Amino acid sequence: MFSDHRLVAFETIVIKEVRRFTRIWLQTLLPPVITISLYFVIFGNLVGGRIGEMGGYRYMEFIVPGLIMMAVIQNSYSNVVSSFFSQKFQRSVEELLVAPIPNYVILSGYIAGGMVRGLCVGLIVTLMSLFFADLGIHSLLITISVVLLTSLVFSLGGFINAVFANNFDDISIIPTFVLTPLIYLGGVFYSIELLPPFWRVASQLNPIFYMVNTFRYGILGTSDIDVAWAFTMLCLFIIVLYGGCIWLLRKGTGVRS
Amino acid sequence: MTVAISVSNLQKSYASGTMALKGISLEVGQGDFFALLGPNGAGKSTFIGIVSTLVTRTGGKVRVFGRDVDTHVYQTKLDLGVVPQEINFSQFEKVGDVVRTQAGYYGLPRKLAAERSEKYLRQLGLWEKRNDRSRALSGGMKRRMMIARALVHEPRLLILDEPTAGVDIELRRSMWDFLLEINRAGTTIILTTHYLEEAEQLCRNIAIIDEGRIIENTSMKKLLLELDTHAFILDSDAMLEDEVNIDEPGLSLRKIDSHSIEAVLSGGRDINSAIAALDRLGIRIISMRNKANRLEQLFLSRLRGNGEEGG
Repeated sequence: MFSDHRLVAFETIVIKEVRRFTRIWLQTLLPPVITISLYFVIFGNLVGGRIGEMGGYRYMEFIVPGLIMMAVIQNSYSNVVSSFFSQKFQRSVEELLVAPIPNYVILSGYIAGGMVRGLCVGLIVTLMSLFFADLGIHSLLITISVVLLTSLVFSLGGFINAVFANNFDDISIIPTFVLTPLIYLGGVFYSIELLPPFWRVASQLNPIFYMVNTFRYGILGTSDIDVAWAFTMLCLFIIVLYGGCIWLLRKGTGVRS
Repeated sequence: MTVAISVSNLQKSYASGTMALKGISLEVGQGDFFALLGPNGAGKSTFIGIVSTLVTRTGGKVRVFGRDVDTHVYQTKLDLGVVPQEINFSQFEKVGDVVRTQAGYYGLPRKLAAERSEKYLRQLGLWEKRNDRSRALSGGMKRRMMIARALVHEPRLLILDEPTAGVDIELRRSMWDFLLEINRAGTTIILTTHYLEEAEQLCRNIAIIDEGRIIENTSMKKLLLELDTHAFILDSDAMLEDEVNIDEPGLSLRKIDSHSIEAVLSGGRDINSAIAALDRLGIRIISMRNKANRLEQLFLSRLRGNGEEGG
């Protein structure tokens, strides 16, 4: 994919990104693990015990895939948006722009950094979930591929947010007012079969609903949606967002005068 | 002469309508130590931003070592090292990491990156600080770190945008020595500075930019020779009891305080004639200094001239 110098530049960006989020692990790795553990205890154990089954599984087992996916989505997104915006804010993004690095290498480096954090947190949450639920894997290929593609989609989304952000408020608006509601309404805590017909259709307009359900299918073997359609949609998202990111970098939006 | 950088008809207008550069044409020879001077807002940083690709130009051409920056992006960026005016590194990274990371951006393998960063951090007196967070460095150290960072890929052309701003005089002089050394070793340097003494000491050629236009582009020697009037302050060994007031063609002497006399020379008169005139009055001179930096006088006169032309 990359020639030698480009590979070195790519590795450098990824190493820098990993160094950044591990240096501030108290802000990046620990909080999601604590939050998701609380979900396990409160919704899974305390409330879940009274709910009984959902989609043919114990409530705890039903919500675990959604909570893992929630951690992956939020962390992939927030790593890229906060890191790239912080570089813009400190002007250290100029270090990258004056260097002979093609735009796709810059983008790939940041996206890889976001994916590494998303997957790290996802792995920690998965390990935590083993204390609360007996998880098997229905399809390893589907489980791994959907988590990778989802992480990629939200890393790209985080990059676009960072490009347009002008202040720290701008990097928290999308996660707070768009991402979190979409995740909560994306079938993490319930099956859409419980919803009235109108909201069932409305839920199907939420892309995160497909990601959560495909991941749930990979682990439990049950899903509210067509898995093939979900993968097609993920690939389309990746193509559109990647194209958008490259176009923005080429134009110099947010980074060049 | 091999040309390190050549710009022709360079233009930049911002969305606000401000024309920062109004068609600049300039050549800097390979191996030169070149001063780009101008008042605040003249367009110096915009010029540097365009050359380093941080600012998109509106018109004109830029060539670095004969290569068009648009068509030879990779090679021209490899040839360039830039030290910007503003601090632009991650304040949370360690000093060594900032420099090594920059080397990685230029494709230097890890071992070579480590060697180069050690070399330049040592040369700039920062090796002992390599494990410190960069935000903990003093202002002067931050500037030196940015120079080390810009040199880590050993560019053929180094652009320094006010590298000694806010740096104390001792450190400034040690930075001058360092820059002269790397220039002697073959690196072409373009320097912008507000310290005109710095430009006079270091640079062989000079361009003055004002309101987005080049208003002077010549050698430092030629420019200084154009200065017709020289003012000196002469210090006497004894208290001056009487007024000193000599006004001859090309020589004017005037007492300014109890031990000092201002001498203004023009029309080719040299300082000996002033000393001889004072000697005839029984005044012995023990020391002397320029009243103002010579380049500063020229710089101001050029800017005044440009303002009048611009009307």
